[in-house]
Amino acid sequence: MPIEFPVLNFFALSPIIVVIVLALVVMFMDMLSSDKTVLGYLTVFGLFGALMPCVPLLNQTKAPTFQNMVVSDGYAVVFYIIFIVTALLSSLIALTYLENRGMQQGEYYILILLSTSGMMLMAASTDLIVTFLGLEIMSIALYVLAGFNRRSISSGEAGLKYFLLGAFASAFFLYGVAFIYGATGSTNIHEIGGWFSTNEIYQSNPIALVGLALLIIGFAFKVAAVPFHWWTPDVYHGAPTSATAFMAVGAKAAGFAALVRILAISFGGVFTVQWQIAISLLAVITMTSGNIAALAQKDVKRMLAYSSIAHAGYLLVGVAALPASNELYRVQAVSGLLFYLMSYAFMNIGAFAVVALLEKQGKIGTKLSDYTTLSTRQPFVAFVMLLFMFSLTGIPPFIGFWGKWYIFWAAVDANLGWLAAIGMINSAISAFYYLSVVVQMYMHTEQADVETTPIALPAPIAIAVTVTAMFTLLFGLWPTPLINLMSLAVFG
Amino acid sequence: MIGAVPLSYYLLLSAILFTIGAGGVLIRRNAIIILMCVEMMMNAVNLTFVAFSSYLDSATGQIFVFMVMVVAAVEVAVGLALLVELNRHKEAVNIDEFNSLKG
Repeated sequence: MPIEFPVLNFFALSPIIVVIVLALVVMFMDMLSSDKTVLGYLTVFGLFGALMPCVPLLNQTKAPTFQNMVVSDGYAVVFYIIFIVTALLSSLIALTYLENRGMQQGEYYILILLSTSGMMLMAASTDLIVTFLGLEIMSIALYVLAGFNRRSISSGEAGLKYFLLGAFASAFFLYGVAFIYGATGSTNIHEIGGWFSTNEIYQSNPIALVGLALLIIGFAFKVAAVPFHWWTPDVYHGAPTSATAFMAVGAKAAGFAALVRILAISFGGVFTVQWQIAISLLAVITMTSGNIAALAQKDVKRMLAYSSIAHAGYLLVGVAALPASNELYRVQAVSGLLFYLMSYAFMNIGAFAVVALLEKQGKIGTKLSDYTTLSTRQPFVAFVMLLFMFSLTGIPPFIGFWGKWYIFWAAVDANLGWLAAIGMINSAISAFYYLSVVVQMYMHTEQADVETTPIALPAPIAIAVTVTAMFTLLFGLWPTPLINLMSLAVFG
Repeated sequence: MIGAVPLSYYLLLSAILFTIGAGGVLIRRNAIIILMCVEMMMNAVNLTFVAFSSYLDSATGQIFVFMVMVVAAVEVAVGLALLVELNRHKEAVNIDEFNSLKG
């Protein structure tokens, strides 16, 4: 009997394969090279290489491959781009940040790349086994990245806390998958959706409902939604700033990538009322408590950690808008979510880059008071921080405004006007703490006891800051190209 | 099919194990015991998978168990390494003593 070899479409997964091969190359170069900066630049250029195959992949129709375990559709490819851009920008920050802290090591870049490959796998997976593996590839690398600064007890503590709660969350996710598997007999998300539509009498199966609830809890941990957010402020505060920038954007985007695909495809026709209510409630408490806790912060890095919880809340508004009345609205909700994640990548990584830049200076830490008179000491850095803060608040004409606009619009279209209203009130609340940074930088000029030495601006971080600031402003003024890109993000 | 023992017994047992594990994570303060509780939760999930796999006569659940075992082993390796690293700064396993981050 001849052995049949399955036809595997490797090209469909080429961006993931490039990232993994790049990680191996960096690992090999780490043994040969004593100058670890080279590895950082290799990572940055290699990630450009991973962006290349995304262009032809965007233009081709969906390509399920590896026995329907993964699919390469527009949705996955747009997420690849988000993850690669995130990894690229945070590697640029790391090049400067790690150098200044004396912890320039090859492992850092290897872990960033492996974590990115896990995120990409989560976006592409159509089988819960692959989703789980992608989730763990991403998370385990992130636990190490959080604890990467071995000289700092805060960093180690962040790593341990992230690890314990991350593993706890994975167990919930797995238990959810086990119940869904038990109810439907499959782990493939298309087959799960198909099973529900052919076996209508089981559409109120309590085992599947419990499974879905546990699955949502698992993802809520990963995207830092209240009440599963306790780890977030500590981990984001203790981790090296360059790693915080990466995980705040990347891990959140990956969690939403998998959650949206599972909810839209497997549970697009069943339990929609239940999960829409659950996600809406999560969104309300996440936005509100994230913003209120951020108001009280006196440390910019910790403030950004709480604000990242609030942003998870805005994104959940977009997820709640998924069961819209017609196909067009559903597509709008998905592309709105992706637009928000892309814009969040630019403005949040930019803000963390500024924090990383100021952190290294002897006396200047991450405290809000350290930003006093920044506008006179370093006008350029103060100006880009102003852009990022305005954009994170959602003030037009910055990119953050359009992200919120599309998400709240999608919510209104899905008859969730009340949720959009709560989101807008929360954006107004967030203005207080974002703008207090601006006030601190521009309007407190009389203090004399702050360090007045000029701040050096090394090339890699300067590029990261300039690029993010440029995109924040450019796509804010002219969002059409980015919106056109996001409208390609359709499920296969 | 699972011979004489009905499916519900397996599900009940794994639910009890999962709850004990989850309770342990929330109540216990020793990092190593928390790690053991997480492992217990994972193994409760494995039991659920195997029970369903046998009941549904489908192999997917058993494949999933292998994946879970691999990931659990990796998690233990990374988790213990992080704990050892942290012990160089502070000799403790009680998570309440790791309190440099607050706010």
